[in-house]
Amino acid sequence: MSFKPVILWTDALVYVLVAVIVIFAWQVRRHEHLLAPWRRVGHSASGMAALTILMFFIVIGLLDTIHLRPAIENGNGGSEAAYGVEVLSLLDLLATPLRTQVETTYSAPFATHLYARETVELPGGGQVREFPRLKFGGAHLQDPDAQLASDIATRAGAGAGLALLLWFLIATSVTAIVAHRRDERFMSTLSTIWRGITPVPWRAVFVTLALILLLGGAALALCSDYHILGTDKVGQDVFYQSLKSIRTGLLIGTLTTLMMLPFALLLGVAAGYFRGWVDDLIQYLYTTLSSIPGVLLIAATVLMMQVYMETHPELFDTIAARADLRLLFLCIILGVTSWTGLCRLLRGETLKLREMEYIQAANAFGVSHWRIISRHIIPNVMHIVLITTVMDFSGLVLAEAVLSYVGVGVDPSTISFGTMINAARLEMAREPMVWWALFAAFSFMFALVLSANLFADAVQNAFDPRMKTLSALARTWRRKSIGKNA
Amino acid sequence: MLNYIIRRILYAIPILVGVNLITFTLFFVVNTPDDMARMQLGIKRVTPEAIAKWKQEHGYDQPLMFNNAEEGLEKVTRTIFFEKSVAMFAFRFGRADDGRDIAYEIRTRMLPSLAIALPVFVLGLIVYIAFALTMVFFRATYVDFWGVVLCVALMSISSLFYIIGGQFLISKLWHLVPISGYSQGLDSAKFLVLPVIIGVISAAGANTRWYRTLFLEEMGKDYVRTARAKGLPESAVLFRHVLQNALIPILTGAVVVIPLLFLGSLIVESFFGIPGLGSYTIDAINSQDFAVVRVMVFLGSLLYIVGLILTDISYTLVDPRIRLE
Amino acid sequence: MNSVLEIQNLETVLYTERRPVWAVDGLTLQILKGETFALLGESGCGKSITALSVMRLLPEAGEIVSGSVCLGGEDLLLLPEAAMRNVRGKRIGMIFQEPMLSLNPVMTVAHQIGEVLQRHFDLRGQAAEKRIVEILDQVGIPDAARRMNEYPFQFSGGMKQRMMIAMALAGEPELLIADEPTTALDVTIQAQVLELMRGLQQRVGMAILLITHDLGVASEMAHRVGIMYAGEIVETASREAFFRGPAHPYSRKLLAALPGRDRRKQGHRLDAIRGNVPSLSREFVGCRFADRCDQAWELCHQVAPGWTALTGEQQVRCHLFNQNFGSKIVKPAVSAQAGAPARLDAESREFESFPSAGAEQPTPDGSLLSVTDLKVYFPIHKGLMRRVAGYVKAVDGISLKIDRGKTLALVGESGCGKTTAGKAMLQLIPPTAGSVRYNGVELVGLERNRLRRLRGEFQLIFQDPYSSLNPRMRIVDIIEEGMNALGVEDDGKERKEKRVDGLLESVGLPAETKWRYPHEFSGGQRQRIAIARALAVNPKLIVCDEPTSALDVSVQAQILNLLRELQRNLGLAYLFITHNISVVEYIADEIAVMYLGRIVERGTVDEVLGSPRHPYTQALLSAVPVIELESKRKVIRLHGDLPSPANPPQGCHFHPRCSHVMPACRKNYPAASTFSSTHTTHCYLYPQDEDQSDRKTQA
Repeated sequence: MSFKPVILWTDALVYVLVAVIVIFAWQVRRHEHLLAPWRRVGHSASGMAALTILMFFIVIGLLDTIHLRPAIENGNGGSEAAYGVEVLSLLDLLATPLRTQVETTYSAPFATHLYARETVELPGGGQVREFPRLKFGGAHLQDPDAQLASDIATRAGAGAGLALLLWFLIATSVTAIVAHRRDERFMSTLSTIWRGITPVPWRAVFVTLALILLLGGAALALCSDYHILGTDKVGQDVFYQSLKSIRTGLLIGTLTTLMMLPFALLLGVAAGYFRGWVDDLIQYLYTTLSSIPGVLLIAATVLMMQVYMETHPELFDTIAARADLRLLFLCIILGVTSWTGLCRLLRGETLKLREMEYIQAANAFGVSHWRIISRHIIPNVMHIVLITTVMDFSGLVLAEAVLSYVGVGVDPSTISFGTMINAARLEMAREPMVWWALFAAFSFMFALVLSANLFADAVQNAFDPRMKTLSALARTWRRKSIGKNA
Repeated sequence: MLNYIIRRILYAIPILVGVNLITFTLFFVVNTPDDMARMQLGIKRVTPEAIAKWKQEHGYDQPLMFNNAEEGLEKVTRTIFFEKSVAMFAFRFGRADDGRDIAYEIRTRMLPSLAIALPVFVLGLIVYIAFALTMVFFRATYVDFWGVVLCVALMSISSLFYIIGGQFLISKLWHLVPISGYSQGLDSAKFLVLPVIIGVISAAGANTRWYRTLFLEEMGKDYVRTARAKGLPESAVLFRHVLQNALIPILTGAVVVIPLLFLGSLIVESFFGIPGLGSYTIDAINSQDFAVVRVMVFLGSLLYIVGLILTDISYTLVDPRIRLE
Repeated sequence: MNSVLEIQNLETVLYTERRPVWAVDGLTLQILKGETFALLGESGCGKSITALSVMRLLPEAGEIVSGSVCLGGEDLLLLPEAAMRNVRGKRIGMIFQEPMLSLNPVMTVAHQIGEVLQRHFDLRGQAAEKRIVEILDQVGIPDAARRMNEYPFQFSGGMKQRMMIAMALAGEPELLIADEPTTALDVTIQAQVLELMRGLQQRVGMAILLITHDLGVASEMAHRVGIMYAGEIVETASREAFFRGPAHPYSRKLLAALPGRDRRKQGHRLDAIRGNVPSLSREFVGCRFADRCDQAWELCHQVAPGWTALTGEQQVRCHLFNQNFGSKIVKPAVSAQAGAPARLDAESREFESFPSAGAEQPTPDGSLLSVTDLKVYFPIHKGLMRRVAGYVKAVDGISLKIDRGKTLALVGESGCGKTTAGKAMLQLIPPTAGSVRYNGVELVGLERNRLRRLRGEFQLIFQDPYSSLNPRMRIVDIIEEGMNALGVEDDGKERKEKRVDGLLESVGLPAETKWRYPHEFSGGQRQRIAIARALAVNPKLIVCDEPTSALDVSVQAQILNLLRELQRNLGLAYLFITHNISVVEYIADEIAVMYLGRIVERGTVDEVLGSPRHPYTQALLSAVPVIELESKRKVIRLHGDLPSPANPPQGCHFHPRCSHVMPACRKNYPAASTFSSTHTTHCYLYPQDEDQSDRKTQA
């Protein structure tokens, strides 16, 4: 199948971000003093378990980032391929059944019938109001009432079984690698992992991995034949929407920081280092910006952006491009409203740093300002940048939902947690309630944000040991118990 | 002292001017009044006449910064910048795009907003501090551990779900209080209970954890060791020494939001149908009523700056080190 | 036995990031009634943890593993927490090192002392107030009835420490634990506080466990001393026995590492102890000091020594004194000479005299750096428009000269402006007025680029070895930074690296260390790296800003030795900024004593220290605790604290604290009085120089 790759603006930025992270990781690996705090992250059980979950989200997000336009198969066999206007991602292609099996309206999870009565024409004339069968959900069943439960159980069991096999493979190979590194016998490594006393908490990672794989395996086995999380008003699969929302959430959480980081870093450090009028000006700038309540500034800016986009439709060639640009602008706007906090932190830290004796020593050598900033100050404030970045992530994912609800979030055509909640909310009053879309959005968001928070907690603890985080607490116990055993 | 406060107030003026310029740029330069008119009237079939009429009705039929058609001072005053932006300094907010008086709306809607925001603020402060203190009192035990776990879990839930879940459980399932609505006087209590509780819970995770960190930071200081060396019981150390010191950042940090309470909460008010400033703003955003949004932005920053000044004043009141310097 | 406190085999563990640290490992000691026991040791040897273990106030990561702590026969470690609270503050009082941090900043003094009275005596209201005034009077706080309602920040450092003592005394304790009570204070204030503690002990009769690293303080205060090393006590002795003849090799080294004038006269290197204090997380097999001991033999590395009693009042933990190994016994030499403790070490060797490398073309006045009337004022903004309402006169017109290859010590207490003066001379802080001529070139107002070219000539070494190296840079980058900025050895990476190797070796570090990061080094090693960094650009003058005040005595000796050696080899001139008189005695050629932004006395070491003229210099010198066996010297007690440099007293700055004050002192600042070509002072006690009498009065 031929296709034409498409790189949307946000895709490009994601690639940049990935490149930055890879370069950063490579740098960190080479320097022991940079690696040390990361090692501490690696020793936090909650942090590593959270990272395992995050990895799944990230993989899905990245799959959803590689966009392309598939070729349209035209019957006349012309030599030049024509490409569809629809921009699809790799995830869309993988989830083709989910994407294309659209019912007419609501249906509950694992349902075989629609959620609303419809008037159906009987073959022999006359009409009857009944719950019609779904076109796709459980369509392979002859007698849904009798077969449904057993069919779901066998499929889920098979999926889970395969997942368990995969888990077993992964766990064994990881244990083998660890054993090789520690120069131990396989069984003794396995037993230390089992007792949870390896420095890297492999037990926590394995347990988390098992849970994810079991859930994922069962879901994969079922999702092509059932709507495991139901369908929405226009009959779209909610599971598919949930998967698509992940990318939006991840993008908002990361790109926003990426956007504002250069400004916050440069201005914050400049204000703290040069002081005087530079400081006054930068302080004025961020006090002014931060004095406008965030939501209002975002609302105002997004409204203006909307007007601009409405009145200049000629700038966007596809709907996807338009929605994408709106997402990007949202990130920029969120960045503009949130850079002030980091800027203030960095200014304060720089003020402290510039009194450090090593910077005075550099001054005594007549080292230039630029070199002092780049060699002495920026490396020593990077931990603040990092902590802020990971801490902000979950807040931004949550903010997206609220903003989309308020009506100043992502484009209505972009699938996101916010748009999902917003759509489902309207059905709150319905009897019986349509709960599954809310449930799906809640579970996915909660898993994403909770694991992001736990990971942030571990990072914060590793990079700023004064913070009394969860990881710090757990570690004190661990230390004491290990100390006593020794 | 007085000098200090006056200086803070003077310092606020350039910031307000800055805010005013930002809003002006956002609302009138990025998109011209013509764009707005086209937007309001529907993109497709708009005639120049319709645009001109809309602009005239809403008072946008003037140049942005300089009016060459006028004489003398009016060159400056008969402009959009002066009439729409500068006028806000005199609290002349003008009319909304639907023709209603914004100042009147703000006056009447302030109270319902406050009726929710103030209880949330006060109750929240008490509850968070109480929980944080409990966790710190039992620090490094399972109470503390599961307390933090709970905080992180609470932080990971979108506030939308607190509202939806609360409405569903309490109003729909258990029929304890009405699902939404508002009325005057004491009667309003039954409408306010749920939003207030939800307001407190939805911010509980982050705040409790933050206060716990503050308390623990104080616990690590040398004077705490001195207090223990005096033979004081742990409760006296915590409730007398630590609390007194940690309350300074907590209270002064809280003061800054007090003026903003007037603005209410956007989503809580809209979910519960409370006729406050929050739902007013949301409605304005949804109906793209730029005049209202512009006024709310200005009002929001004004209140925030008042909050900053109050913070400075409260510092001088609470902290003897600043009071007596 | 009338012992107050008996500690038996105390073991305390701290659970740290990596592995548990046995901070206190089998410590045994006994304190008698009414006695002061000084627990002496270098940082990290576990003395503070011992004190906290007695109080059962360990940090969360700490735990007492075994042993007993008996107070009047009752084991404190067996008490329930509630009963322990009745001991704390009542039977044992404790004062801490940092009085600034140890008092609750938002509670009045009366409230904080009242808490003790209420807790242990159920004293409230009027009765409590009366008692508080009484206690505050006792610790010498003037105007107690009024000042008790003030907050800690309204008191000076010395007053705060008195407050801490008052709080500890409020419970009328049997035992007072003082953890480095004067380390954070200036010498003149330290003298006041020590005198107060001595007086109180005589009156009240409590026992004191004094924890200190300062041998001088121990010698002035203690009846008995215990030397702690790596978590255990290695020697206990009565004060006299110990200072007459310390037995343990570590104790001897410690005393020999003290700098002083006699050391310098003898031209000896200081007896530094090689290496560092071992990490307490490791298992020890033999003697803990064996690795650093010059007299160690195989046995020391294999078997931990037990206690040997030398006399009734001196016990030591060392194989040297065990009768079973008679052949190795070395009788400690007895040296009663004050200030010159036994030097047993054969290793003390004379400095080789290098020809001075810096004797090239002398400048007109012969000096490398000459400073005239240097002033550094910081504006104070006040009022609505932040107008400049006054100035903090940090440096208020100082003049001095430094000759090539010589050391000038700038001595003064904290806040006198000595650090600011040093930085202003190097143009790191712009001077307000005055002139700084380096080699004849005026530095004040020199254009940035031209100044930069000169920067290599004068360098800086800082006080805090932990903040003086960028933690994110490798040693090689740290040292090369200056070379790159100033274009030293600009031709090629190879030569640069060669030079870095050479520099590291010259400061006593192996060349391989250049690939490492600062956190891998101890305080002393970091200071060596900082010195190498300064040397990298071939300076002629180095401003040393308290370079050893953050270091332990033994490490301080290493650094002082290094600095002197470098001076001999490279002909460096030093401006040595310090508050430590014994370091000055050892290293300086000339001294300038600073008080409140001005130099009050100047002269050669012998002149100033031998016959101090200015009352402040006299008081400063008398306040320094020294190791003396016989008659206690007379301390000239200074009243009050250093006034604020924002508002210096009219006339002579020192007059409010001076015991010789005359009416003239209150009016005009005294002109110089010259005693010799090098020795001058500013004081009305001496005939004023004619040519300077037209000096302007300071308003």
